[in-house]
Amino acid sequence: MNEQTPKSRLSLLRAALVIARRDFAAILFSRVFFFFLLGPLFPIIVGALAGGIGSSLDSSAGEPEIAVAMTASDEARLFEAHKALRAELGPGMPLIRQVAELQEGEEFDAPALLDRREGNIAAVLSGTLERPVLTAPESRLGMFRGSVALLTATALGKSPEAFPPVATQVVATSGASDKRGRLATAQAGQTLLFLLIMLLAGMVLSNLVEEKANKIIEILAAAIPMDAVFMGKLFAMLGVSLVGLALWGTVIGGLVTLSDMQGPVAGFVDFSKLPEPGVGWPLFFVLGVVYFSMGYLLLGSIFLAIGSLATTVREVQTMSMPVTMSQVLLFFFASYAMAKPGEPVELLAIAFPLSSPFAMLARAALSESVFPHVVAVAWQALWVFIAVRLGARLFRKRVMKSGPQPVKAKRGLFRKGSARPA
Amino acid sequence: MDVALGQTSPSRNASGRLAIEARGLVKRFDGTLAVDGVDLTVQVGAIYGILGPNGAGKTTTLRMMLGIIDPDEGVRRVLGHDRPSEIARLIGYLPEERGLYPSMKAYEAIAFMGALRGMPLKEGRERGRKLLEEYGLPVERQIRQMSKGMAQQVQLLGTLVHDPQLVVLDEPFSGLDAINQGKLERLIRGLADKGTTVIFSTHVIAHAERLCDEVAIIAGGKVPYAGSVDAARDRIPAQVRLETASKDGPWRAALPPGSKAEGNFWNFALPESGIEPLLRALIEGEAGILSLSIERAGLHDAFVAIAGEAAARALAEEKPLEARR
Repeated sequence: MNEQTPKSRLSLLRAALVIARRDFAAILFSRVFFFFLLGPLFPIIVGALAGGIGSSLDSSAGEPEIAVAMTASDEARLFEAHKALRAELGPGMPLIRQVAELQEGEEFDAPALLDRREGNIAAVLSGTLERPVLTAPESRLGMFRGSVALLTATALGKSPEAFPPVATQVVATSGASDKRGRLATAQAGQTLLFLLIMLLAGMVLSNLVEEKANKIIEILAAAIPMDAVFMGKLFAMLGVSLVGLALWGTVIGGLVTLSDMQGPVAGFVDFSKLPEPGVGWPLFFVLGVVYFSMGYLLLGSIFLAIGSLATTVREVQTMSMPVTMSQVLLFFFASYAMAKPGEPVELLAIAFPLSSPFAMLARAALSESVFPHVVAVAWQALWVFIAVRLGARLFRKRVMKSGPQPVKAKRGLFRKGSARPA
Repeated sequence: MDVALGQTSPSRNASGRLAIEARGLVKRFDGTLAVDGVDLTVQVGAIYGILGPNGAGKTTTLRMMLGIIDPDEGVRRVLGHDRPSEIARLIGYLPEERGLYPSMKAYEAIAFMGALRGMPLKEGRERGRKLLEEYGLPVERQIRQMSKGMAQQVQLLGTLVHDPQLVVLDEPFSGLDAINQGKLERLIRGLADKGTTVIFSTHVIAHAERLCDEVAIIAGGKVPYAGSVDAARDRIPAQVRLETASKDGPWRAALPPGSKAEGNFWNFALPESGIEPLLRALIEGEAGILSLSIERAGLHDAFVAIAGEAAARALAEEKPLEARR
């Protein structure tokens, strides 16, 4: 045999860089990136719309009323007193509505009125101002009893003529609201992380399928290691997403600055009042990016491996469905674990590689300690390495086949067939 | 193993060095035997053709030689290296299934393919532009805006942009019109003249006959023949076409068995004893020879005969197996 030629091939990293550079540029200047940028807006818009509709429904249909059935003179005094109290107490004084004007000594059938379930009537006030009768379900009685007593007393002129001015002092938060705020931050962070990861993993899968459709894979496989193709694709998409996040970060940063200077932005969100996460906002953002990267790399590797097994878009969809569903379940699992800090369920969510990024981001929002994040990132990085290697191996093994595929052997009652040579 | 490695003939740039040496390559896919003990030797600077019908195992053999897939059995050395994937910079490969990024411009596509083989992007772009201009192809046009044939030529130029020592082309002529097929033939000759080893697979024998120093015929995953084109043609006896004035007479006894008549014409294989004894007998028998031509068998005839024999052997091997089941 001849003398050996010196090794001559791009290193793994350089080859990955060639792939990543091409993919990065191709995606960044395509419609895909535009949709990626808009992606997080959809849940926000849907959430805002749902919230708006909900609050509108709540305000229009939610406030209960007390029906009033008394003599004309009593009702006149009652409504005058209500007007004054409502002005002072606002929603603290329930709405009242006249339903009947009774003659002296006339009885009113309050249970019958409530039974008809008209409008928003939650209770009925009858009798006289001296001896008022409140009819309501038990759950409502406690709610209205005090208000009705105050109302009738005021109508009788027994209440204070003037309400003393109450000085108010606003505190930033209480223990309870601090915890509630952090939970909200953790939940928001997890949801955003989940949405972005799913969006991105889907995009990288589409990218691979497109590559197979374009028949470029074989050119890549002949020139560079398959691991490099994998890494290049994964990291290109990560790079694209980080550009997207940087853009979003700049927009949000601008809004925060505006909010600090001018109060609520567009009368909508006051960023200065957002509850601060346990590790503080700067580190929370850094960890958010790190956990997003880890979560995406893990799921992206799995999706890429699936992509290598599939030959058509339909096959990809079929095969990726269980993974997508599992990821949704893991997201719910991590969300559930968030409410159980320190308990085995949270530790399990942290230890399981695919739920770990979500669980740890929640922890960053809820707890001040930083060291667990160092350990978690190292743990997740190990799994990313394993996933990329296994995915690449599977890809290399499966994707470069030639010739007809043998008919799958039937098992059980059917005899196993033999495969013919190509 | 059907192939005798000693049959190879010296190539135009015969240097005695081997660009490729493969022995006993076997590849199975899920139990299906795609390649069954292939042996090949290709000399540096040669133009080597791999011929075979569709599904014969040509692509799988090429992929194994390039290290895209590993053989289940056997060894191969490419440019003196056991692991061909580690010398990717020295190899240019045009796969059978053509593929380019549709959104890329032609020169960028070439530069990208060069970058995959270690060429700096800037240099790749410059060389890409130059090559495209040289071959009369649009430089700035996106691949998606090109015809299939044009895109194929761009990909071919991308295969060559980094000046590889070994060029492997899988069915390079398919999809090209006659003019571009001619251009490609000239390109392949030009590469070989520069000392580049060119291996290409095809099922169109005429290209191999015009271009190749040596060929391997693959059928059913095996190589029933590997060697020079001349040696392949010599496997089939030359065909004689004889025209006589007389239609019948004692001279007919001199014709070889199996001779076929077409009016006053007779077609038969050239006897092993040569043409002279036959001519003497025809003259003595007063056949009245009007014309006589001896046609050497073409590579196509050799291919049909060799591949046909291989198929018949494979069928014969399968039948007893089926009878045993």
